[in-house]
Amino acid sequence: MGELGSFIRVTRHGFDKRDPRERVHDYRRYFDLPDEEELRAQGGRCMDCGIPFCHEGCPLGNLIPDWNDLVYRGDWHEALEQLHATNPFPEFTGLICPAPCESACVLDINDDPVTIEMIELAIAERGWQEGWIVPRAPRERSGQTVGVVGSGPAGLAVAAELNKRGHEVTVYERDEGPGGLLRFGVPDAKLEKPVIDRRVALMEAEGVRFAYGVDAGRDPSADELRARHDALVIAIGSRVHRDLEVPGRELQEVHYAMDYLYQRNRAVAQMNGRPAPAPEHPISAAGRRLVVVGGGDTGMDCISNAIREGAASTRMLDVYPELPPDGRPAGTPWPLPPKRTLTTYALDEGGEREWGTQVIELVGDEAGRVREVRARQVTGTSSRDLRSVPGSEFSEPADLVLIAIGFSHPEHEGLVEQLGVDLDRRGNVKAPTYETSEAGIFACGDARMGQALVVTAIAEGRKCARIVDRHLTGRAGQAREEVILGALADEELTHLLREEAETAGSVAPGDAFFAPPR
Amino acid sequence: MASGLYDPRYEHDACGVAFVARLHGPASHEILQSGITAIENLFHRGATGADPETGDGAGILLQMPDELYRGVLDADLPPAGRYGVAMCFLPDDPERRSELEALLERTVVAEGQRVIGWREVPVSLSSAGASARACAPAIRQLFVAAADGLPGTAGEAGGQDAFERKLFVIRRVAEQAAPDLVVASLSSRTVVYKGMLTSLQLSDFYGDLQDPRAKTRLALVHSRFSTNTFPSWELAHPYRMVAHNGEINTLMGNVNWMRARESSLRCEPFGDDMAKLLPIVRPGLSDSATFDSVLELLVLGGRSIEHAAMMMVPSAWQHNPELAPELRDFYAYHACLMEPWDGPAAIAFSDGRTVGATLDRNGLRPGRWVLTKGGDVLLASEAGVLPIREADIEVKGRLHPGRLFMADLQSGRLEADRQAERRVAARRPYGAWYREHVVNLDDLPARPPRVPRTEPLRARQLAFGFTQEDLRVLLGPMARDAVEPTGSMGNDVALAVLSDRQPALFNYFKQLFAQVTNPAIDPIREKLVMSLATAVGSERNLFEETPEHARQLVMPQPVLRNHELEKVRRVDPSVFETHTLDITWPVSEGADGMARALDRVCAEGQEAIERGVCVLVLSDRNVGTERAPVPSLLATAAVHHHLVREGTRLRAGLIVESGEPREIHHVATLIGYGASAVNPYLLFESIDELHDEGKLDGDTTIEEAEARVVTAIGKGLLKVISKMGISTIQSYCGAQIFEAVGLEPELVERHFTGTASRIGGVGLDVLARETLDRHGRAYPENKNDMLPVGGIYQWRRGGEFHGWNPDTISLLQHSVRNGNGNGDGDGADARVKYEEFATLVNDEAVKRSTLRGLMRLRLAPEPIALGEVEPAKEIVKRFSSGGMSLGALSPEAHETLAVAMNRLGARSNTGEGGEDEARNRDERRSAIKQVASGRFGVTIDYLVNADQIQIKVAQGAKPGEGGQLPGHKVDRYIARLRHSTPGVGLISPPPHHDIYSIEDLKQLIYDLRTANRDARISVKLVSEVGVGTVAAGVAKANADHVTIAGHDGGTGASPQASIQHAGIPWEIGLAETQQTLLQQDLRSRILVEADGQMRTGRDVVIAALLGADEFGFSTAPLVATGCIMMRVCHLNTCPVGIATQDPVLRERFRGKPEHVINYLFLVAEEVRGLMAALGVRTMDELVGRADLLEVDDAIDHWKARGVDLEKVLSFPDVAEGAPRRRVRGPEPVLDDALDWELIDAAAPALERGERVELERPLRNVNRAVGGLLSSEVARTHGAAGLAEETIQVRFCGSAGQSFGAWLAPGVSFTLQGDANDYTGKGMSGGVLAVMPPQGHTYSAQDNVIVGNTVLYGATSGRAFFCGLAGERFAVRNSGVLAVVEGLGDHGCEYMTGGRVVVLGSTGRNFAAGMSGGVAYVLDEEGAFPARCNMELVDFEEIGPDEEIELRGLIAEHAQRTGSPVAERVLSSWESLLPRFVKVMPRDYKRALAELAAEGDGVVSRQAPAGGIAMRDSPRAPASPEPADATQA
Repeated sequence: MGELGSFIRVTRHGFDKRDPRERVHDYRRYFDLPDEEELRAQGGRCMDCGIPFCHEGCPLGNLIPDWNDLVYRGDWHEALEQLHATNPFPEFTGLICPAPCESACVLDINDDPVTIEMIELAIAERGWQEGWIVPRAPRERSGQTVGVVGSGPAGLAVAAELNKRGHEVTVYERDEGPGGLLRFGVPDAKLEKPVIDRRVALMEAEGVRFAYGVDAGRDPSADELRARHDALVIAIGSRVHRDLEVPGRELQEVHYAMDYLYQRNRAVAQMNGRPAPAPEHPISAAGRRLVVVGGGDTGMDCISNAIREGAASTRMLDVYPELPPDGRPAGTPWPLPPKRTLTTYALDEGGEREWGTQVIELVGDEAGRVREVRARQVTGTSSRDLRSVPGSEFSEPADLVLIAIGFSHPEHEGLVEQLGVDLDRRGNVKAPTYETSEAGIFACGDARMGQALVVTAIAEGRKCARIVDRHLTGRAGQAREEVILGALADEELTHLLREEAETAGSVAPGDAFFAPPR
Repeated sequence: MASGLYDPRYEHDACGVAFVARLHGPASHEILQSGITAIENLFHRGATGADPETGDGAGILLQMPDELYRGVLDADLPPAGRYGVAMCFLPDDPERRSELEALLERTVVAEGQRVIGWREVPVSLSSAGASARACAPAIRQLFVAAADGLPGTAGEAGGQDAFERKLFVIRRVAEQAAPDLVVASLSSRTVVYKGMLTSLQLSDFYGDLQDPRAKTRLALVHSRFSTNTFPSWELAHPYRMVAHNGEINTLMGNVNWMRARESSLRCEPFGDDMAKLLPIVRPGLSDSATFDSVLELLVLGGRSIEHAAMMMVPSAWQHNPELAPELRDFYAYHACLMEPWDGPAAIAFSDGRTVGATLDRNGLRPGRWVLTKGGDVLLASEAGVLPIREADIEVKGRLHPGRLFMADLQSGRLEADRQAERRVAARRPYGAWYREHVVNLDDLPARPPRVPRTEPLRARQLAFGFTQEDLRVLLGPMARDAVEPTGSMGNDVALAVLSDRQPALFNYFKQLFAQVTNPAIDPIREKLVMSLATAVGSERNLFEETPEHARQLVMPQPVLRNHELEKVRRVDPSVFETHTLDITWPVSEGADGMARALDRVCAEGQEAIERGVCVLVLSDRNVGTERAPVPSLLATAAVHHHLVREGTRLRAGLIVESGEPREIHHVATLIGYGASAVNPYLLFESIDELHDEGKLDGDTTIEEAEARVVTAIGKGLLKVISKMGISTIQSYCGAQIFEAVGLEPELVERHFTGTASRIGGVGLDVLARETLDRHGRAYPENKNDMLPVGGIYQWRRGGEFHGWNPDTISLLQHSVRNGNGNGDGDGADARVKYEEFATLVNDEAVKRSTLRGLMRLRLAPEPIALGEVEPAKEIVKRFSSGGMSLGALSPEAHETLAVAMNRLGARSNTGEGGEDEARNRDERRSAIKQVASGRFGVTIDYLVNADQIQIKVAQGAKPGEGGQLPGHKVDRYIARLRHSTPGVGLISPPPHHDIYSIEDLKQLIYDLRTANRDARISVKLVSEVGVGTVAAGVAKANADHVTIAGHDGGTGASPQASIQHAGIPWEIGLAETQQTLLQQDLRSRILVEADGQMRTGRDVVIAALLGADEFGFSTAPLVATGCIMMRVCHLNTCPVGIATQDPVLRERFRGKPEHVINYLFLVAEEVRGLMAALGVRTMDELVGRADLLEVDDAIDHWKARGVDLEKVLSFPDVAEGAPRRRVRGPEPVLDDALDWELIDAAAPALERGERVELERPLRNVNRAVGGLLSSEVARTHGAAGLAEETIQVRFCGSAGQSFGAWLAPGVSFTLQGDANDYTGKGMSGGVLAVMPPQGHTYSAQDNVIVGNTVLYGATSGRAFFCGLAGERFAVRNSGVLAVVEGLGDHGCEYMTGGRVVVLGSTGRNFAAGMSGGVAYVLDEEGAFPARCNMELVDFEEIGPDEEIELRGLIAEHAQRTGSPVAERVLSSWESLLPRFVKVMPRDYKRALAELAAEGDGVVSRQAPAGGIAMRDSPRAPASPEPADATQA
């Protein structure tokens, strides 16, 4: 596949990025696809590996070498088919996935990886442009209904998949529109919201119903939901923030990053003429010195927003040590995905990152407003083995502090408590094979796993849908698709194949069963 | 005698064979004595077992020594010809003996003949070896008088034939009544004396042979080399009519077909006696004995012995334009009567009146003959076995491929040049008969293909188990390029019996292949012997010859396209009656329905045949929602064996119309189990789909695409059959050249009767279940269904399981980059990571894919302390890296491995590609120097610098095949090391052209010992059924070491079918080897190594327990240095710089010796942990302890349940305390070498470089003369050797094999006399000249002066032969300048350098595979162009520079040999120069031009920056520097 040895001659050419100086003046997508010729050449760099580590690195198991080659050959339509075979929302992942596939690309060992994500996006965009992506409603309806709580990537994926299988799906969303953090966390600079609306419209056309502004667990109550549906899927994400436990946390202008991002996204929606509620307590970075605590993508998104608002300075404090020049810390050698990248769009736009820095105190003024962040240098590669560097303490002036150090687990009060499902020791909904302790109640995505990537959430949704489908139909012989698509992880597959083998009479119930490989 | 994995069915023989005959004059004792002398001089071709005094067998066939018997027998004998003698080997037990004697007597009487009496044959038991004595039979002769009423009483012509037939009937009847009865011969014309003897013991043992009254006009003798030495007197040759040197590869098929013929056999001379003769072939006979039985039957049934021989061993007639038309007609006609008995063979035969010999179609065994002026004929495996004065010689010759050599003692006529064949061919108008009755497929009226488009393609693809990969990796490329796609690396997927991916039944069958005991064939370069032609129809009575016998439907190849099948199916019933059998069954019947369907199909086929149907089409076209297909291979084999059992098989041909087959292997198995032709309709429909979707090249039409697929499958089939040494599809059909791995014994016994299946496995129920699983995937159909990904050729999530997968590779790489856990680097992390890796491999990868995963270690109740276990640094010394050539690997990767292995005290292996001399001086030197079939870079200097020399007979990834190094990987450095030309691709032949049999291997081992007497000689084999017996043969051939590789080994490039479907797991092969060696008391003298996907310490421990002393690792060390299983080694695009020569990519190599060292230390530590748990302190104690292994009953894989490892884990019944590992070495063999004298006498030259001139006589028993001397030169003076002509030796006599082997620079041999096979093997710079002795009166240019395979793998020097050479002259020559006066077939095959001048005619297929060097052929008759294979070469004008070179060579030829031909050419230079044809390889010419354009740059390695840290050692010098003598 591809062009033999093309990777030697063709260098990596990623997204065309707009000039940071120019793009900070708007909220439009900051990058673009190169022309078709370049895209095809980039697809040709794929080496058609004997072991495509990218395919393994992708939580969805995307058939990356296959569609890289199809793009190289200009067969966009077939490429879209292959892409959709494993990924229901390729435009989402094409835009915002941190691309563990590229970290696992064999070319990343000693060269620059194939632009897998860019090609994925190009395929998806081509599909939309050409009108190839059209509603495909199921031919038959099963007559069974499923309620999905949460319209983030996991909820959307589980809904889309179950609808394809003929079940009536209703998605309940607390906020005013679909997408969860896709809509309210991710800035338009990365993911313009009409992209979500377009996909959701397609799902609606295929028969999925969406109910917005509905706080499941309150109204309707959990019991009502149970009564209404044959199965219920909890896809509420992991939205309980991890907090910064330092003196001064209570000061004014110290906020969770996600609160800020919700506001910014709603503000942009309004700017673009989409209705959105106004904030009760506006948070603004305009003219202020922003310090973001936490070095992840959420923090970066805060910085990019703050720059667009006109912040006086934007600074990020990251506890993790500085990356080596090749971007590969010792703890995450190839093919593992590194937790940080050398640069990001927000840093390009003027954000500054301080590595190996631990916040020890927030200091406020007499009005109780934050004024500075006191921190020190630390060494160590994980939060468990941090060692502070003696005498390294310093202060960083700040008018606004945003805490972006992640989430602990899903919200328990409300739906989860009412449904009475068991939790695991981290506080996530316990559902090892997507089925919770309560019959007919399933969970997937961050609610089940804890916070993870969008691509993982989609994969979760797809896998969960199959389990729900089995529950609803009792149909054997479905695991084959999981096998084909590689959509299931080990233990689940064992479980499914065992059931299948028992149904088929290949093993007697209770007999030892040697699980097949993935 | 089968026990454990050992089965005597897989024993092999090879040997020396000879006959002496007197064309005129009376019988004499002298002829007998000459026969004895001849066999004694062939002693070195025989073998002995653990007991050196016991031979594998020797024997002699004589005319009835009437005078002797009259003299010694009390009773009155009837006149000669009216009595017969049964030479009986009777049991020692007196009771059983008298029972058998009584039986024989009764039978004689019952058949109407008269018993004269018994005679005790006088034997000298003390002459035989101890093991032979222990099982010596009572040898007695029964004299039988012809009944008075028998025709011919009064000397009537043909009367003796009737008596002979009666004697045959008597023998067969008695044998069938008593299977333990051994009648070595029973004839009124001949008698056989033979036994479990060495050839030197034969005449001492049998007093009769020394008796001067024993007179004969012919003596046919044989000296046997068997891979095994189980006591057997019977297996010695000659048999009743033949002595055979070689092997019948197609035996299983031939036996089945004979059995199928039985019901139609009617023979007038035998009359009603025919029924008593059945079965024709006694079960369990050796191939030679079986051949003998059938030949005997044909001869007694009325055909002449030469006619019968021509039927059974036909010449390669299809592609030989020079063959006379009447002979082509003869062979074409007889192809309708009988399939060839295919395999390498020199068969000498006699019916007592004539004596003759024939060679297989490819001339793979030697045979040289002499006719004296007195009319004595001598034919032998080699020249020089009898002392004959040159002046007495009328003419000398050699056996030719597929041609008869006949001496008729009645008429005194000698026929050596196809006269006999022409005589036989003229008996009947075979050609007219054939043309009148044969039906050609192409002549049938066209029919549209059947297209029942009721079922969508996708559903049917799913139902038959097609995958995306099948379409992408196999079908697409076949349709585009007309060749089977190539792959690389090894096969690490799950065995079919462990796979949950519903593998097709085909995948349970592993192709067998030739190794050691017979050669594989190169179907591309030697395609003239190959044939894909196939025929269906009804076969008629073998004993008759009628025009109707030719009524067969003939097809040029066995793959039918959809419309072609319709032609056959809808042929006019007056031409052929066809019937289609539906091989699908109703899904509603569930899995049980399949067995019923099989019964139905078999019965329906039988009924159809009885109705007169002669073509049965097995079809699964009815597959659909409600019907599932019986696996096509199962249906085919079931019907085939049912009809064989019913005796009706030959009344109809089988054609398979199935959607299932889509790989070459699939088609091969179908043919191997009886299909004459296959229509893989779904394959074609899938191709059509690919075409319609634009997945093929733009302007390819469907017609072209399908035709290319047919071509690709045809090529692939030839590859499959040739790897077993089989040349024709006709004889492959039904030959069952497979081993089943993972099928239940009952299933195999019933439907695949006779196939080896040694570990049990799944039965009909599982096969049916999996068929229904596939079917369930297809129905109810879903338009959007995608095919499963497959994941065989490339790993895919949800695809087939691979041992090497993203997890195992990354964990291994992470572990070795952190030290070795022994305090180097961050060891703790290394151990943690390694343990994760090992756990993943041992608990998951191995369990899910390999047999050793089904085993469990029997841990000791009390483990011993780790500290008591042998340290890791000792264990790693047992490790070696696999043979991966420089060329396949980049220099950086190759050297990294070498450095790592040397630092460990382990051994790296050069692979087949030579090695830079500079590396011999530092730690980059590979301890193992490999000698493979291409002999690339194999010089005396290379061999001298070895600790071990490994003869690679086979390679796990592609056993039975040669290798290729594509031109783009041959840069200047590689080309220099391989003595070839940059940019020109290199081909390794499938066989070693000096190993066509086990005794050849013994010779090569001897040759290599002379090259380096301190090195261990190793032979690398690949697991297949019978590998244990081959290994025993290897031990008997005097090797120190044998490697048993698994089927899963790696490769730099190989056809996918070979990677996937040839060979079996090493667990079985290793266990078979250990058991066989132990049983024969040979284990104590040979080291055993196991190799193939070794990854962890557990792998090592299991290999040790099954019998391995040493362990080979290949892929894993590469992974440690950065290999990520790209599987693009053949494309030169390896992105991590390992398997590439691209300088840009080589820079990307990041591997370090430490990575390999760390890895192997971690493995060794794991080994130690397991040893402690087993309670074993040393590796020596561990080896062979199969009792410490048991079946892991915790593993209850639903498919693996039927697997039975009992045979693998069994331990043979040998004496307590018999050594299970090597405790001593092989017997020394070089002590009596002639070279010691030469070395002594050449001391002034060796020590001081002074010129030395010597003279010595020699005989054929002096083998590899010059080898030790050359070794000494290389040892003391390096590759450059001595100055030209420093040591000059003049010999006279007949030189033994490998004369002048490895001849080093400065050594010059001149021989007056003649020389045998392998002359000038591996010549490395010396000079060789062979000419007839003084006093000869024959014309030198018409006489054979050297044997076959001369100058094989020679790299430099000059050679002159005044006379003719045999087949394959200068094969793989890469630098020698040679002159010869004529040669046999395949001259200059695979040549890559040097010059060859032929002052006479060549055989066919000259220059096949010749990619370098130049040949000049003096073609005075204009016959040469037709005999030259033009695929790679052009004819060119001879330029002025070349003229000077050519003339110089001929002048030197004249000067060195006194050749009259050379004199004549030189004297008529102007007129003869235009008659020279210059043969120039195209690639070579292009490369030379390119090199000239680039200028003569320094041919050294361009070392990229960032290569491995060897900077302080000098890089390869521009030209080889003479090594410092003190350093060597």
